[in-house]
Amino acid sequence: MYRYDEFDATIVRERVEQFRGQVARRLAGELTEDQFRPLRLKNGLYLQLHAYMLRIAIPYGVLSSRQVRKLAYIARRYDRGFGHFTTRQNIQFHWPQLPEVPDILQHLADVEMHAIQTSGNCIRNVTADQFAGVAADEVEDPRIWAEIVRQWSTFHPEFSYLPRKFKIAVTGAQDDRAAIRTHDIGLRLVKNDAGETGFEVWVGGGLGRTPILAVRCRAFLPKQHLLSYLEAILRTYNLLGRRDNIYKARIKILVQATGGEKFAQMVEEEWEKIKDGPLHLPQAEVDRIHRYFAPPAYETLPDIDPAFETAKLEHPEFARWARVNLVKHQVPGYAIVNIALKSEGGVPGDASADQMDLLAEVADAFSLGEVRITHHQNVVLPYVRKRDLFALWQRLKPAKLATSNLGFISDIIACPGLDYCNLANARSIPVAQRLSRHFGDPRKLDEIGELRLNISGCINACGHHHVGHIGILGVDKQGQEFYQVTVGGSSKEDASLGKIVGAAFSEDDIVPAIDTIINTYLANRTDRSERFLDYVRRAGVDPFKEALYGSAPARRTAAE
Amino acid sequence: MAMASQMITANRLSDGMVVYFTAGKGWSETFAQGAVWNDKESAETALNESKESVKARIVVEPYLFDVAVTDAGPKPTSARERIRADHNPSVAPDQGSWTGRIPD
Repeated sequence: MYRYDEFDATIVRERVEQFRGQVARRLAGELTEDQFRPLRLKNGLYLQLHAYMLRIAIPYGVLSSRQVRKLAYIARRYDRGFGHFTTRQNIQFHWPQLPEVPDILQHLADVEMHAIQTSGNCIRNVTADQFAGVAADEVEDPRIWAEIVRQWSTFHPEFSYLPRKFKIAVTGAQDDRAAIRTHDIGLRLVKNDAGETGFEVWVGGGLGRTPILAVRCRAFLPKQHLLSYLEAILRTYNLLGRRDNIYKARIKILVQATGGEKFAQMVEEEWEKIKDGPLHLPQAEVDRIHRYFAPPAYETLPDIDPAFETAKLEHPEFARWARVNLVKHQVPGYAIVNIALKSEGGVPGDASADQMDLLAEVADAFSLGEVRITHHQNVVLPYVRKRDLFALWQRLKPAKLATSNLGFISDIIACPGLDYCNLANARSIPVAQRLSRHFGDPRKLDEIGELRLNISGCINACGHHHVGHIGILGVDKQGQEFYQVTVGGSSKEDASLGKIVGAAFSEDDIVPAIDTIINTYLANRTDRSERFLDYVRRAGVDPFKEALYGSAPARRTAAE
Repeated sequence: MAMASQMITANRLSDGMVVYFTAGKGWSETFAQGAVWNDKESAETALNESKESVKARIVVEPYLFDVAVTDAGPKPTSARERIRADHNPSVAPDQGSWTGRIPD
């Protein structure tokens, strides 16, 4: 893992003291709320429905067990005993009290954490593939580059007041686990014909009110030019992006209005001026960062572990978990373990303080003290020996951390919704809970197969509903909660935006509607190999419309 | 027949807690203790009065919201204000992971 150098440590400590002073001045009446709001937001502190909310950055989703223990401590001491992992690999605490927030930030600084770049119109916390450095299908480890982007972007003076927030995601594999086409900039490490590694650069993606998938800005960027090229994109956006209308201020609107090719040309022109300047990355610096992410001292192990194989035969529930939640590791004898924070009837992405302590404990015992957080709101242990898997599973199961539903319909992405969020129009969590119970039977999950269901409580789309195979969007109709359904979205390398099936459903009707959609798919798929997403792409939305609304949707009880 | 009326709510500065403006020009955490205004003019006047509490650093961002006056008292007409009035998410603690703040 990256460790703070003296500059990082000083910046974060000074930031805590600055904010301590700002909070004191606010409480003493020396700052008005209008003056204080931008200051608290720059430290990740929002005012939500019932309380303040503190959003803490987990750069590219990597946490040490020490950091996880600190989050558990903060949850117990300053919050209500839990935290919520978000779709941007952050964690949110939903009940901090204003006078105590500087102390929380101090505790975070003690373990090299902070809330910088979690709000405001800056370059936000950079996200990455959660399997970075261990995925069998990886071209190169994206963490090195995510860390370089983090260092470049933190407090970047030119880009602290962009037209709007700006999100960068990095992946090192063709299998896109970082949803790069839904980001302002998506970076994918690729090899060119000469066998050199560089970046494929995507630009102008984003969800929210106007969902747009990123377009390819450059097919191959030599690695040493990464920062100058990013700077050229950001500078072009910063100068030309709209500041007159918040809904048209994201780079996706600029790229669409300009045209992808023209925008890329403007970036190239800017880049030509700066590419060989101070942002040209010296190899020694890249090597220095690289050393922080050097592979651990793996043991030489056989890829097939007899004890693991025996345990699967003797314990069918463990065998299912192993089949569903494990991913192939780069190193023989090891596995990547996914821990779903999606227990039946639970809150997607929530972890209690006790669960966090257990995660830290098993990370120390079985995964070299490291965990990852995924944008699907789950947890990953990246370095588990296959021979330890059964012991790990036995530790996870009593804590409701051994749910075997990764990539299935109950592995739901859900934003906090109207239960917590000031922007939300409808609740997300109760819908997720009801769906996870409705589809709780593992045999049912297996029958349905791969299916991503994402829920957002409002059009801002923190729950990524546009790119769910099934997406649910909460809407407000005269103060009542309704839910609009889309099908056919994907955040992967075959990214697509879901299409609306028809009129929104009431709170009571939404689970039966999803059930109807699933039954329509099951009745009409060619066979099990045709996934839900494949079926939607083949058949379109009409079979779902027919099943949900019949031939006269206007007569249905669903609201318009 | 329910009549559309308005109440004033805000979040407390110190902890963000939802509070309601009372007839005595104070603030209460209890929805039922909030005052109800039945015409636009008196509601706007009260909203201006409530803003003194912003200057006094007691609350943040007070605003008016609609309630239906029923035989059982005023009720929020929107899902948002119903949830705020409960001071908690609608997710029952035994279903979620909320274990409650642990004191010093």
